[in-house]
Amino acid sequence: MGNPATLNSMLIVLEQLGRRTIRAIEEVGYLFSLLVESLFWIVCGTFYKQPVRIPSVFTQMIQIGIAAIPIVFVLSFAIGVMLAIQGIHTLKVFGAESQVVLGIAYSVTREFGPLITGILIAGRSGSALAARIGTMQVNQEIDALRVMGINPVRYLIAPALLAMLIMVPTLTFLSDLAGLFGGAVFSSIEMGLSFDAYANQSLEILEVDDIMQGLIKSLVFAIIIVMVGVVNGFDVRGGAEGVGRATTRSVVLSISYIVIADMIFTYYLNR
Amino acid sequence: MATSDRNPAIEVRDLVTHYGNTEILHGVNVTVYEGEIMIIMGGSGSGKSTLLRYLLGLSIPTSGNISILGKDITKLDAMEMQELRKNMGVAFQGGALLSSMTVGENVQLPLFEHTRLDRKTMQIMARMKLEVVNLGGFEDLMPAQLSGGMIKRAAVARAIVMDPKLMFFDEPSAGLDPVVAAELDELILRLRDAMQMTIVVVTHELQSAFKIADRITVLDRGNILMSGTVEEVRASGNERIQSLLNRRPSTEELAADEYLERLTRI
Repeated sequence: MGNPATLNSMLIVLEQLGRRTIRAIEEVGYLFSLLVESLFWIVCGTFYKQPVRIPSVFTQMIQIGIAAIPIVFVLSFAIGVMLAIQGIHTLKVFGAESQVVLGIAYSVTREFGPLITGILIAGRSGSALAARIGTMQVNQEIDALRVMGINPVRYLIAPALLAMLIMVPTLTFLSDLAGLFGGAVFSSIEMGLSFDAYANQSLEILEVDDIMQGLIKSLVFAIIIVMVGVVNGFDVRGGAEGVGRATTRSVVLSISYIVIADMIFTYYLNR
Repeated sequence: MATSDRNPAIEVRDLVTHYGNTEILHGVNVTVYEGEIMIIMGGSGSGKSTLLRYLLGLSIPTSGNISILGKDITKLDAMEMQELRKNMGVAFQGGALLSSMTVGENVQLPLFEHTRLDRKTMQIMARMKLEVVNLGGFEDLMPAQLSGGMIKRAAVARAIVMDPKLMFFDEPSAGLDPVVAAELDELILRLRDAMQMTIVVVTHELQSAFKIADRITVLDRGNILMSGTVEEVRASGNERIQSLLNRRPSTEELAADEYLERLTRI
């Protein structure tokens, strides 16, 4: 027989573990129910005379997408340059520096383009969404929408989801171009490779599937960013402090889910 | 007109609600008749705000029925509830104006979502409602630029823009100076008299309650202590009601073993 105090501690740990597991399952269930409801309003809203407002979608597209173009470009360019530095340095050992274009092309389009864009938008727009919904929750604005007969999922989440589903793949494509451009700039400085030659090699190497792989990932990332932000926003309790906690949690969870989803996708799409 | 001659606009029967494992309302019964102002009064933690949430259909009760304008809202689906809510207006304690919109846009929002009126007509209607609450000319301001009293009045304008049959107020006078609170009381009376609305006000402000009430329901720890006219409530011999009316601290004492049990409960 064990020490009763140790047994008691183990029981407490087990109880906490059980509670957290149940909460996590509930949260995932809630996330999926909100996702299904949002998609329902996007597709069927018009038939119920409650369409998702297009001006609202455009506003969100500008906030999520257009305003993020400079930072996505700069970071993706930097990633392209870093890949070129590392690639040339590594391939030099085998005397195969010229193959660096292949490495950059695959890495950027399949991995880094969608990943960097996803992480960036999670930090920038996912957190803003969680903070906005959380503040509305605290100020009873969500309740106000409900009692006005306005479904908050249709009014708040569906436009954000639609905007994100359009803008994250668009930004990912921009990120691909910026990353390839960064690689081209460093390769031309380091190896004297012309932009024309770099572009031709990249186009020869890349297939539509490579670009599509990144774009499909970016769609999943878009859903993760919106839904995690929204679930955390709706769950806010306790005023401004609660909003801060929800925002932080939303960013950490979104980025974690994005990286894990990326790993799973990479495994299955490259078998 | 006597209340017995009127149809009930709201009927709550045996309402039991829980928050987690704690029972909050213990079988509450309330009737609000058409065209009257019903005050739901009680101290902090009495369950009056909880009752309001259930009347608005924002939470699902454990058991009991809530009939609003002849429809049992505990049995309505989401779409039916949405339709019913077009006949209900709510002024929340903090106003709950959407902070990203101007005052005018806030007031127009229900029209924009539920009608096919053109933009100009909606603007005119919103302006009219803002005039009713003495906020004419403020439609282009953001909620953050308004005072507490103005926010509450703007919330009332938004709530009445669809000309609802039922109007709910959550602590309308809370946090307002006496003059602004009195103005809001006058506005509530005007809504009943000029627009024939049925009005439910949740408050613990006695002065305001006695001024505007047709009837008062007193809640205490999740139970209805009494429902009656202002005079009936004032004349009540119930000690808890008298404590509330005379602002006396409750003299109720716990038995020693009950107190010990509460302290040591795990």
